[in-house]
Amino acid sequence: MGMTTADSQFHVLAVDDSLIDRKLIERLLKTSSYQVTTVDSGSKALEFLGLNENDRNTPNETSVSPEIHQEVEVNLVITDYCMPGMTGYDLLKKIKESSSLKNIPVVIMSSENIPSRISRCMEEGAEEFFLKPVRLSDVNKLKPHLMRTKCCKNIQNQENQENNQSPEIQLQTAQSNNNNKRKAVDEGISPDRTRPRYNGFTLVSN
Amino acid sequence: MVQAIKRIMELNQLQRSFLEYTAALFREGFLDSQFSQLYQLQDESNPEFVVEVVSLFFEDSERLINDLSRALDQTIVDFRKIDAHVHQLKGSSSSIGAQRVKNSCVSFRNFCEAQNIEECSKCLQQVKQEYLLIKNKLEALFQLEKQIVAAGGAINMVEWML
Repeated sequence: MGMTTADSQFHVLAVDDSLIDRKLIERLLKTSSYQVTTVDSGSKALEFLGLNENDRNTPNETSVSPEIHQEVEVNLVITDYCMPGMTGYDLLKKIKESSSLKNIPVVIMSSENIPSRISRCMEEGAEEFFLKPVRLSDVNKLKPHLMRTKCCKNIQNQENQENNQSPEIQLQTAQSNNNNKRKAVDEGISPDRTRPRYNGFTLVSN
Repeated sequence: MVQAIKRIMELNQLQRSFLEYTAALFREGFLDSQFSQLYQLQDESNPEFVVEVVSLFFEDSERLINDLSRALDQTIVDFRKIDAHVHQLKGSSSSIGAQRVKNSCVSFRNFCEAQNIEECSKCLQQVKQEYLLIKNKLEALFQLEKQIVAAGGAINMVEWML
């Protein structure tokens, strides 16, 4: 298959200073077929994401970082709020302030139901706020956020591949599918793989 | 043939005891639904998950209770430190569904805030008590589970999940 949205491709970075909670979240995520990496602090999380704690966004950095991230691609960060040193909120802020990381969805977990805390996090760009103990039903809410980023990522890849003239996936509109095929048959050639059309697309794998 | 039937009946008895014992733990508030959630995460690839997490809880709790005893014994009591420990214990007990331990931590934190040493000491005793109770009960539960597995049975939590 040229392109797949298999869950095993989603990599989640879980951050929590509690060993028990790390074990739990790891199991919850693995049960949902995600790849998981756990770390016990915000600074370790940033390290893993390839961002130095003191980094500022420089134009040069943005071109370098994405290549590093390809190696350890993280599709979502889920972090505890209350942690010594860097809190989950601090981590969220750092991620959203980084030009290379800001598109990674971030989810906050907290044992305390404090409305001002929740709105603060959502305002800073958190996708979800889970109350602990986190359950499978919560983890199920992660899928749409992951699918969204993967989707955008694949469009990006497709555009890049088009430039390289070696696409592995072909995008076709749902409506124009038939038209393309008819045209191909009429012209006696196989569907043009180097000129995908996509507006209101569906993703087709070969 | 009779032997086989006898064994099945013994297994049934064990499983019934297990169910009754667990039901009582839920009924008496020792455990809450989070405990059942743990079993949902246990499968053939992680057959010991619940025991592992609960063991971590035991280790964690014993360490924290010791730290709390020492902290309350100091000439100058650091309530922020005590609160941090209790917060941790509250978190881990909540994560495994040890409801009574969690609730005793909630009271503890209130007295921490009030900086009341005497009440805090009482709370610590309460927490200790609840911890020992749930430790004994869970160990008994796991023993029963072992017997069931040894007798060729399996624990299917879905059936009795609340």
